[in-house]
Amino acid sequence: MTLMAGPEDTKVVAVDRGAWATTVRAVDALWAKPVTAVETVGEHLVLFGQSMFWLFRRPFRPMIFIEAMQFVGVESLLIVSLIGTFVGMVFSLQLVSAMRQFGADAFVGATLGIALTRELAPVFTSIVIAARAGAGMATELGSMRITEQIDALSTLAVNPVQYLVTPRVVATTLMAPLLAMLFICVGMFGGYAVAVWLLDVDRGLFLERAKWIVDSSDLIQGMTKATIFGCALSVISCAQGYNASGGAKGVGIGTTRAVVGSFVTILILDYFLTDIILVLQNK
Amino acid sequence: MSTDEDVSRKSDRFQIRIRGIKKTFGAHQVLKGVDLDVERGKINIIIGGSGQGKSVLMKHLMGLLKPDSGHIWVDGVDVVGMNDVQLNKARLKFGMSFQYSALFDSLTVEENVAFPLKEHTRKHAEEIRGLVRDKLESLGLRNIESRYPAELSGGMRKRVGLARALVLAPEILLYDEPTTGLDPVATKNVDDMIRDISKETNVTSVVISHDMASTFRIADRISMLYGGVIVQSGTADEIRRTSHEALREFVEVSGAVKMKPPGSVAGSDADEHTEVTS
Repeated sequence: MTLMAGPEDTKVVAVDRGAWATTVRAVDALWAKPVTAVETVGEHLVLFGQSMFWLFRRPFRPMIFIEAMQFVGVESLLIVSLIGTFVGMVFSLQLVSAMRQFGADAFVGATLGIALTRELAPVFTSIVIAARAGAGMATELGSMRITEQIDALSTLAVNPVQYLVTPRVVATTLMAPLLAMLFICVGMFGGYAVAVWLLDVDRGLFLERAKWIVDSSDLIQGMTKATIFGCALSVISCAQGYNASGGAKGVGIGTTRAVVGSFVTILILDYFLTDIILVLQNK
Repeated sequence: MSTDEDVSRKSDRFQIRIRGIKKTFGAHQVLKGVDLDVERGKINIIIGGSGQGKSVLMKHLMGLLKPDSGHIWVDGVDVVGMNDVQLNKARLKFGMSFQYSALFDSLTVEENVAFPLKEHTRKHAEEIRGLVRDKLESLGLRNIESRYPAELSGGMRKRVGLARALVLAPEILLYDEPTTGLDPVATKNVDDMIRDISKETNVTSVVISHDMASTFRIADRISMLYGGVIVQSGTADEIRRTSHEALREFVEVSGAVKMKPPGSVAGSDADEHTEVTS
């Protein structure tokens, strides 16, 4: 009967459409996160590319670079020194405690030196910079974005990437390895103080073994990592501030993403960089 | 707007010519093909309700936003296809006064106004200081050079923002909602300021506004943005006699301007300015 068939047909079609729509939505949802992740990485790379492009174009503004270096470098000296000292101290404490069981406490200085130079200094220093300077950059640029100050720069014929992003990226990329070197120095001092003065490790063995084991290739590894981490964290922090939207809440979200994104990126990059550098050094 | 002339050529009458500008944000198409001509040396006001895309249109003029399609010719040069370096140069023709001033909050008033001079001229610090002081005084601002934007009232911030926009003597001055948030006296002062600047410097002014009293007080040319397109452009008198329903309603609801019967003869009233009721 025609009259009965109509509604039934309609029902079947409706169910089919519903199932199709659900499938499409599920596939979309499945793809959404990887697509967003790739887009985000792409946006960061584009901003990095733009900042490098504008680095070599006039006008050059040395004072802004010096100010950025002061903000990232000089103003981080105290916190990096403090954290470096205590990291060296606690690492030394653990090493003496563990290695003394095998009678190997003469190698505490060497182990501490390797760990600080290759890993602890670049990673900790970058994390400190991300938390202090990176969060500051994201907040500053974010509030400039939502109050139209970045648009105002454009209307005054000043490229905002050149004026705001390039100096911060360059300053952080240069300052990160220098701060990491400071971290190594104060970390070794802290470790020495605990091992030699408090736990009676032989002073000569501590220093000689450290000098014997740690060489320039370790320092190159550490400084290379710190430089790349500094560049990555500054691009992430600037991008999160530069592209902030949605008022004060948007600035807060941008800052959180800047810090979390920097931490995660530093730790992921650390593994792959270490792998690449070790392969290159062992060739 | 005539369609048979070549709008891409520099015109004595129109400094900016916009054709077919479309812009979509997400699923929402804000501009649906805007055509607009901006008269040289005149006060051109774009009116329209909130969310109609007035600020979006203005940001396109300076290349702060790129349209999905369409062209914007400024003195016969299309700014739409320009790269960042070309845009930077083209923007020297423009000055912009922002709705909330957009002053650099980490700089003092003097540093804010001096900023374009330091960036684009080779003047000495003393000369810049003198120019800044003169510009601020011409806008009725004295002894505030060392203050920070946060220490100023809304009206003062607007004037400082205007001083910063004017200090390089631009050919085109854009005002984004210049009277929003101001009391009636401050509003009239800003209106007078826009008119005085236009007369004294012969600058082409483009003003975005939904303040009808101000618009009809100072405009040489009014255009209404409605539904993503410019529905009508003309003098204040032509707009008063419009037959476009949405435009009539928009102006009448404000209560600030008396409309006239559609199609009535222009100039039938003794004084057009008396028609602005506030």
